[in-house]
Amino acid sequence: MLAKRIIPCLDVKDGRVVKGVNFIGLRDAGDPVECAARYDAEAADELVFLDITASHENRDTTTELARQCAQTLSIPFTIGGGVRSVPDFERLLRAGADKVAINSAAVANPDLIAQCAQRFGCQAVVVAVDARLTGNGWNVFVKGGRQDTGLDAIAWIARAADLGAGEFLVTSMDRDGTGQGYDLELTRAAAGSTRAPIIASGGVGTLEHLAQGLQAGASGVLAAGIFHFGTYSIGQARQFLSSQGIHVRPPQGATHE
Amino acid sequence: MSPAASRVGVVDSGICNLGSICHALQQAGGDVGVIASPSDMEQYSHVVLPGVGSFPAGMDALTARGLDAAIQQFAAKGGLLLGICLGMQLLFETGHEFETRKGLGLIPGQVRQLHAAGLALPHMGWNQLELKRPDALTAGLSDEPFLYFVHSFACEPANAADVVATCTHGESFCALVQRGNVRGLQAHPEKSQQCGRQILRAFLELAP
Repeated sequence: MLAKRIIPCLDVKDGRVVKGVNFIGLRDAGDPVECAARYDAEAADELVFLDITASHENRDTTTELARQCAQTLSIPFTIGGGVRSVPDFERLLRAGADKVAINSAAVANPDLIAQCAQRFGCQAVVVAVDARLTGNGWNVFVKGGRQDTGLDAIAWIARAADLGAGEFLVTSMDRDGTGQGYDLELTRAAAGSTRAPIIASGGVGTLEHLAQGLQAGASGVLAAGIFHFGTYSIGQARQFLSSQGIHVRPPQGATHE
Repeated sequence: MSPAASRVGVVDSGICNLGSICHALQQAGGDVGVIASPSDMEQYSHVVLPGVGSFPAGMDALTARGLDAAIQQFAAKGGLLLGICLGMQLLFETGHEFETRKGLGLIPGQVRQLHAAGLALPHMGWNQLELKRPDALTAGLSDEPFLYFVHSFACEPANAADVVATCTHGESFCALVQRGNVRGLQAHPEKSQQCGRQILRAFLELAP
């Protein structure tokens, strides 16, 4: 049976990890590759890097990050941020990313999803959806959550899935950074709208929150702060989820050599 | 690198990044090179055929470089071949992704959509091998090892005896196949931490 995934997320700006990673013993806590290697050693199931610089001047930095991670990590990783076109997408995949996340560009040009899925396979295409509660539902926001597109998030997910998106990274902008837990209604609605896996994101403060996201239908749970600041280890998350009857890789099966 | 390290060539069909698989093979003790043209094939005892994307695109990429015939000849001469993910699927006779296409034909059987009724598709994430019979590649593994899978299509070997291990996602499908000197693994060993390294090490330790 497919295991649920625990996925730390590293925000990267100008080639450096931001929001802080508080690992003990790291030579350079701002180095995304070193942070990623630590999560690999802790047996995270996957990693996500979001480049929040998102300017074209930093394309080379992001590409280099993908290249170094491919030669360092023994777990899969997704890179997103600032991907505007098929060539942007291809450059990151060729550098070694397993999956590439697209957000604003997919909203502006939904055909980009289809083009990338046809060329690289839908498994490589992650659509990141920043959703905020508005009235009776959730709208898709872009530009780092500042601009309301007016699109209904759940309808957008269903459409993007039809176009070939292989996975959705669904972030609640309302919950992001609050530590109050995922927007479980959003997770549930997203999971109900597509067969593609949903990664829940935004709001994790406790291990219970991870369990709630998975019980609401997510295939994986994204978290940043609780892991970066050392509040919990990946192993503790694994043990807790297992104790709640959630199927995850066992700690002994996931340990590093 | 020890002098005894196996010479392993990774087939570069130009459609996917080889960084992860080359690195993983080095970690597993291989002396790794890249095969970009048919003449490169001769210097290797072990060859890995990786791949992502669709079956027709994978075959097109091999054919464009003449690598399809080179791989068939390598296998016919008894070379040790390991297909990974799409590379496993290409070993079969026929694929049905987008269109019906001939594969390398090294293992009898076909490749068709995974029937994962009610479950997420693609089948993406960590899942367990269910070992059906012994093989050198799985000798050092625990009973139901977790490996990382990403695929929507599955191999259906014509001969049940070729199936070394299965995996379950809605249905049981062939996850590791072996027929003579040709093997295929649906999961990504290069993304599967120590279980993946163990499988690659076992492959490199196969005697030519």
